[in-house]
Amino acid sequence: MSGKVIIDVKDLKKYYNDGAVKALDGVTTQIKEGEVVVIIGPSGSGKSTFLRSLNMLEYPTSGSIKVDGADITAPTADLNLHRRKMGMVFQHFNLFPHMTVMGNLTAAPRKLLKKSREEAESYALSLLKRVGLADRADAYPSQLSGGQKQRIAIVRALCMQPEVMLFDEPTSALDPEMVGEVLDVMKDLAKAGMTMVVVTHEMGFAREVASRVIFMDGGVMIEENTPSELFGSPKSDRLKSFLNKVL
Amino acid sequence: MNWLTDLKEKFILNFVEKSRYRYLLDGLGNTLIITLLSVMLGVVIGVIVASVRSTYDKNSEAWKRRGGVFHVFMKAVNRLCHIYITVIRGTPVVVQLMILYCVILASSRNDLLVAVLAFGINSGAYVAEIIRGGIMSIDNGQFEAGRSLGFNYMQTMIYIIIPQVFKNILPALLNEFIALLKETSVAGYVGIMDLTKGGDTIRGVTYSSFMPLLAVALIYLVIVVILTKLVSVVERKLRKNER
Ligand SMILES: Nc1ncnc2c1ncn2[C@@H]1O[C@H](COP(=O)(O)OP(=O)(O)OP(=O)(O)O)[C@@H](O)[C@H]1O
Ligand SMILES: [Mg+2]
Repeated sequence: MSGKVIIDVKDLKKYYNDGAVKALDGVTTQIKEGEVVVIIGPSGSGKSTFLRSLNMLEYPTSGSIKVDGADITAPTADLNLHRRKMGMVFQHFNLFPHMTVMGNLTAAPRKLLKKSREEAESYALSLLKRVGLADRADAYPSQLSGGQKQRIAIVRALCMQPEVMLFDEPTSALDPEMVGEVLDVMKDLAKAGMTMVVVTHEMGFAREVASRVIFMDGGVMIEENTPSELFGSPKSDRLKSFLNKVL
Repeated sequence: MNWLTDLKEKFILNFVEKSRYRYLLDGLGNTLIITLLSVMLGVVIGVIVASVRSTYDKNSEAWKRRGGVFHVFMKAVNRLCHIYITVIRGTPVVVQLMILYCVILASSRNDLLVAVLAFGINSGAYVAEIIRGGIMSIDNGQFEAGRSLGFNYMQTMIYIIIPQVFKNILPALLNEFIALLKETSVAGYVGIMDLTKGGDTIRGVTYSSFMPLLAVALIYLVIVVILTKLVSVVERKLRKNER
């Protein structure tokens, strides 16, 4: 994979409580167009903090994040414009309960991209078909199963036609039998060439889909490699013991 | 049947003779006017104060990053709102009314206006806290989902948060107004002829306490019961709409 660099992170640090908690302690990495980067690591290792920093939902303490060449950590950066380019999928879906599925999908495209209702809805419907939920357009989120909610949440992010999709443990809140349907949607997305950064405990997904797997611990990236290398011949002891526990 | 004729005489004395019922009617009018206007003022103040405080809570980190005097200014305004709420909720409304009437607006000749200001300012603090509580009760994930789509703070509030908050707090707000209606009964302290004062005035001229006070109590009760009924209807409607 030698596509152009979309996200360029340099020495990213995020401290809480005046440095008592070092959620990120110097992370440097690049994410290229079309890459599927899977981040794994124990609880509290800083995976979410890293992912949320890419969207500036957390403000880093120091370091820089360049997206398409522009530093989004600069105080003058237009974060609202930046966030449109980064689709985000949360562990707990965060669908808007007072809107129908279609309302959830079209609110941002209509208000922010100034699409007409017809335009926004027909695009949303085409994506709904792709995830097999076209018949649920008029349902409210509370009428959906967890797996359906998360698929809708993915579609909601896609409706903004983002350059990158960020996933923070998208299947962790799901009943086991619903994990597959969400992972399938993500696999399709990866096949279609979407640039993705995925925090997950689904090692099977990482093996099958990732172009690169990053192992984080203690706020730093300990090891990164292709899935077959990283899972097949882990180098650091911390990764070895982590893999022993999860595999 | 002696007590019945006695009751009838008392009734005539207190309400019919010299059209004394007018004290109650006029008083009720004033009570309703004061309540209605203070509710409106309270909502305006409450919305503004709650907006300041919630906006500060959610944005102070971002403002600080950008630096400049804006953050300092908003910090001061937020502090002021906090003091307002603390003072208003920490002192009795009668005392607030008297301070406004006898000290701050002592030169005003418009008693009704002073009362509306006092009760409106008082209610504003409670309304502000109801609204802020409603906003805080919305899961932060809703904010983050909105912001991550590219909505700015205001858009996130308007399209995503407020519609959810509104449903949640409407019953609490209506109950606050019912409480306010009863609280205005202290308006007589500054010489306003409200419902309570009306009953009291009748008592003063007829030297009989039972009937006028019972009438006053009944009128409050009927209004409150009707309003409470209304609240539960609204509550049921809201619950039906949310699925
Ligand atoms: N707002 C906060 N205040 C203080 N500490 C925080 C805050 N948010 C996160 N942390 C700490 O930062 C560290 C990294 O947290 P993070 O959520 O990024 O971990 P994670 O790898 O996503 O873990 P998990 O697998 O449990 O989701 C943890 O030690 C956490 O307690
Ligand atoms: Mg996490």
